[in-house]
Amino acid sequence: MIQDSVLGPHQEILTARATDKKILDKSQDGGIVTALLVYALEKNIIDGTVVAGPGKEPWKPEPMVATTKKDILKSAGTKYTMCPNVALIKEATRGYGLEKIGTVGTPCQVMGIRKMQTYPLGARHVTDKIALVLGIYCMENFPYDSLKTFIQDKAGTTPDKVTKMDISKGKLFIRTADDETAIPIKQTHGYEQSGCQYCLDYVAELSDVSCGSVGAKPGWSTIIKRTDKGASLIDSAIEDGVLEVTETNEGKFGLEMLRKLSKNKKTQRQKNIDKKLDMGLQIPFTHSKFKEDILENR
Amino acid sequence: MFEKLKNILKSEESETKNTPASAPQGSGDKLKIGYIHLSGCTGDLMSFTENYDELADLLQAVDIVYGQTLVDKWEMPEMDIVLIEGSVCLEDAHSIKELKEAREKSKLLVALGSCACTGGFTVYAKGGQGGQPQHSSFLALQHLVKVDMAIPGCPPSPQMIKKVILAAVNNDMDYLAPFMKFTDDEEACGCDLQKKIINQSICIGCGACAAACPTRAMTMKDGRPSFNCDRCVKCGLCYYQCTRSWWPIDQIKKEMGLE
Repeated sequence: MIQDSVLGPHQEILTARATDKKILDKSQDGGIVTALLVYALEKNIIDGTVVAGPGKEPWKPEPMVATTKKDILKSAGTKYTMCPNVALIKEATRGYGLEKIGTVGTPCQVMGIRKMQTYPLGARHVTDKIALVLGIYCMENFPYDSLKTFIQDKAGTTPDKVTKMDISKGKLFIRTADDETAIPIKQTHGYEQSGCQYCLDYVAELSDVSCGSVGAKPGWSTIIKRTDKGASLIDSAIEDGVLEVTETNEGKFGLEMLRKLSKNKKTQRQKNIDKKLDMGLQIPFTHSKFKEDILENR
Repeated sequence: MFEKLKNILKSEESETKNTPASAPQGSGDKLKIGYIHLSGCTGDLMSFTENYDELADLLQAVDIVYGQTLVDKWEMPEMDIVLIEGSVCLEDAHSIKELKEAREKSKLLVALGSCACTGGFTVYAKGGQGGQPQHSSFLALQHLVKVDMAIPGCPPSPQMIKKVILAAVNNDMDYLAPFMKFTDDEEACGCDLQKKIINQSICIGCGACAAACPTRAMTMKDGRPSFNCDRCVKCGLCYYQCTRSWWPIDQIKKEMGLE
């Protein structure tokens, strides 16, 4: 295990994408999460998974239990708003009777799942059934109304017309069938949910495997293998041809970029945490003056 | 408090070490545990007993020395740990006497379940029920005696109870520390999330609260907890299970083998 306060404890970092065209057509970048969930389902590592499925309004996801490849595909692609997946974990063991639950979440959701596993106060017969925790990189998340503001006021269109949203090269791209609007990320600041201001985790440090586009060329994803469970899943997915691997860019637009973004997030958020603690407000994290390493998620 | 428990467990540990592993242990060496049932629904006891299969080994390390339904004994003996379920009824002199006696005769008094910790569902009681209509005032244990550890839940999950017992046997004080801290909380309610998380601008909308709620009083709406007060049993699980209420990173890393 490599101990690394910037990218969290991990075993190996690699760059890969899904080989299934159906997945790549729908996925955000390399289709890693979708491919891994489908693969884990087929290999009986999980018997279902909690995902961010389509909700009543376009681009407003709702947590959903998926037990088929078809349902998992429905949840492919990033939606930049909150989807409380953790809320459905207990229901997945009750209403759906799952014994081996797959989960995917943002860093904060992964934190919630791990806290629940370590202190299962209100999780009767649930935590021993969590079989896989996939994490996605996350800088911040937006309330749905913020997203609507970007789409309607900045891009001048409506949510139902948007075909894809993604964040890259410092911009939020809103794409429709015939148009594309790029909003500088700086302009989106202030629209994120306030809880994100105090988050010290960029790369889902407590997941089995985490992944995201940062550090990889377009159409590919950077994968961080963390636990043994996560590492063996990735290894066998590669061996079975579900994922294909390419050379990892260690340089400025590769892992250096990933490290830089993580470090920036942590440094900036630690300042917010300090400020809040100095004001005497409640927050579960530690003031930098009491931390040996301020980049640590504590 | 820390020191007290540490000492109990350390002396237990050293005594165990002195005993050859193959020799049967006399009951004098074992951790003496009592279970007292005050005004609760027996849910906590049921949750506790759900662990019997897995705790069979553990029962060689502990001795249950007192408890209705568990041990046939009328006189309360000296105990290392006493687990108390339920709140205490002020109109019931016997309950008060038993609680006070338990405090005197135990080294470590543990409030098991939300009724004992913060009052739980019994805070709604006003009397008038069949049998004992005058029984109308119910309080959390800490109003009458010093509580050393509080394990909230309605009920606390069997897994939670098992982990606490294992931690106690293994002398893992770091793992138990949050439960000692919980004794500071005088009350619990679903609105804790609004007051201590959302109003403090630290909610991240993960949904852990809604998953923890035993009565579906807590649901998620627009990425925030939505609280139905009429369904709340005041167990506090939504708050204790919240990702942002307290953050046990060291215990998580230890458990995951990431250290």
